[in-house]
Amino acid sequence: MNNLPSDSLRILEARDLTVNLGGREILNIPTFEVRQNEVLVVIGPNGSGKSTLVLTLGLLLKPDTGTILFHGQPVTSRSHIFSTRRCFAMVFQEALLLDASVWENVTLGLHLHGINRKEVQIRANRWMDRFGIASLAKRQAKTLSGGEAKRASLARAFVLQPEILFLDEPFNALDTPTRQALLEDFEDVLRETHMTTVMVTHDHNEALSLADRIVVMIEGKVRQTGIPEEVFASPTDEKVADFIEAGNILQGTVEQKDGLALVKVTGNRIVQAVSYLPSGTRVAMFLPYEDVTIAVGKTEGVISSARNQMKGTIIKAFPQGSQLKVTIDCGFLISCLITRRSWEDMKLETGSEVTASFKASALHLITKP
Amino acid sequence: MEAIIDGFVQAFWLLVHGDPQVLKVSLLSILVSGAATLFSLVVGIPLGSFLGLSRFPGRQFFISVVNTGMGLPPVVVGLVVSLFLWRNGLLGFLHLMYSPGAIIIAQIIIAMPIVIGFTTAAIQQLDPKLRLQILSLGASYPQLIWLLLKEARLPLLAAIMAGFGAVISEVGASMMVGGNIINQTRVLTTAIVAVNGMGDYAMAIAFSVILMALVYLVNLGLTIVQQRRKAR
Repeated sequence: MNNLPSDSLRILEARDLTVNLGGREILNIPTFEVRQNEVLVVIGPNGSGKSTLVLTLGLLLKPDTGTILFHGQPVTSRSHIFSTRRCFAMVFQEALLLDASVWENVTLGLHLHGINRKEVQIRANRWMDRFGIASLAKRQAKTLSGGEAKRASLARAFVLQPEILFLDEPFNALDTPTRQALLEDFEDVLRETHMTTVMVTHDHNEALSLADRIVVMIEGKVRQTGIPEEVFASPTDEKVADFIEAGNILQGTVEQKDGLALVKVTGNRIVQAVSYLPSGTRVAMFLPYEDVTIAVGKTEGVISSARNQMKGTIIKAFPQGSQLKVTIDCGFLISCLITRRSWEDMKLETGSEVTASFKASALHLITKP
Repeated sequence: MEAIIDGFVQAFWLLVHGDPQVLKVSLLSILVSGAATLFSLVVGIPLGSFLGLSRFPGRQFFISVVNTGMGLPPVVVGLVVSLFLWRNGLLGFLHLMYSPGAIIIAQIIIAMPIVIGFTTAAIQQLDPKLRLQILSLGASYPQLIWLLLKEARLPLLAAIMAGFGAVISEVGASMMVGGNIINQTRVLTTAIVAVNGMGDYAMAIAFSVILMALVYLVNLGLTIVQQRRKAR
């Protein structure tokens, strides 16, 4: 983790960026920074302006207002933009290979940069080897599989040894096993090279596994920035929590009782949370799915450290990844993730009576206006 | 029927013996249409690239004009060009009327929209993100255009075939601005009209065979180039 707040480590900054399209504001970023050697992951729903942000930072899209600073210098003139672009590399969702051999594709940027032949050989061989496509050098790019093409496009970016690598949903169009294998390789490469990276994704797992810092973008604005654990565990506002979707969002009104907030939620149920917010505060609460456990039947008499024990009925269960996402109606709806094994062992089915438990400290309260 | 067979037989001998008139007419056809096509490519490909890549007000209008131009009737082109080149016309001082130069001008007007239209379409069928990808690899704008044209080379070869095919086979414009003067402005198509009118079917068939062979050979060559990479 790079907790490096020092100013000197900012490699790229943006100030007062706005981008409009057809009279609609699609990007509005007062300040933004990329730090040396960090992996910055930009997440957000479709249409939130993530790709626009990356294109703008990568100097491929001219913003309507605002400045990009590279190593503290504003990049404004045409020639400065051109020379700065050569310090970057970009990988898109599509491999975007030219109709030529893999070798020609991987070395294209090097030739455009005017790198000498010997160096081209060294770098291309190194990175094609690193991404496992050395044997494909002579193949025509059009004949590659999706995974191979993506590896070629990554190698094409890495041979440039950019100061900043930009990636726009690079693993999106791949099937799961291909994606997983490539993601692992990519993670290793990032760890080895300490390449300063800005990556857009809407995959939470990618974000969690790669990011030093996460930026959450919603409706063209940066809503939250922080280390992954922080962002996923404590979204700063409801829209972020809504997007992160890793948990339940409950809404209610606080009644303060010595550091324990009794929050009245839908269905007149009371949920206990750890918070000093004053009585009457309207809040939204984020409760990660993984913090909710379920037990069969009644739990009265069972002593548990979980202060919240809600009786309810299972109303639906559907697969989410390798687990099942189970939704329980206990006056309000609450969901949790359990393994298929647990589901079978507990002989659960839709309509089963269960008790959902979670700790008061698992709830993250977001004040509502 | 007999006349046709007779025509083919005579045509065969004319070709085999290398009849000087046949050679002259064929050569002029190749030169005139080749020059017109070449000029259309040199000017039309950059213009087509520009139309395909840029966004400016009125672009749609320009593209629709170009598309209309792809179907220009050669006779109309011939008429307009002769109005300009005629002694009293705007460009009359050039004294180009009834010269191969006049035919070249008319054929350029016919081929140009075809080349521009095909180029625009060829560039537009590329993934728009490819441009960004190439720029991100450090390409200058001239390098970008070159790489995009290279990427669109298959449909661009179709532009050459269509452009050359249109001008080598048109008769209306060549007739009107060239005048079909023997040894000066007679090209294959106008020659066919002329000798046919005189009842010399053998000559007409010989010219037709050459014209067809020429069109076929040029397209064969381009098709080989076009398909070569695909087959790999």
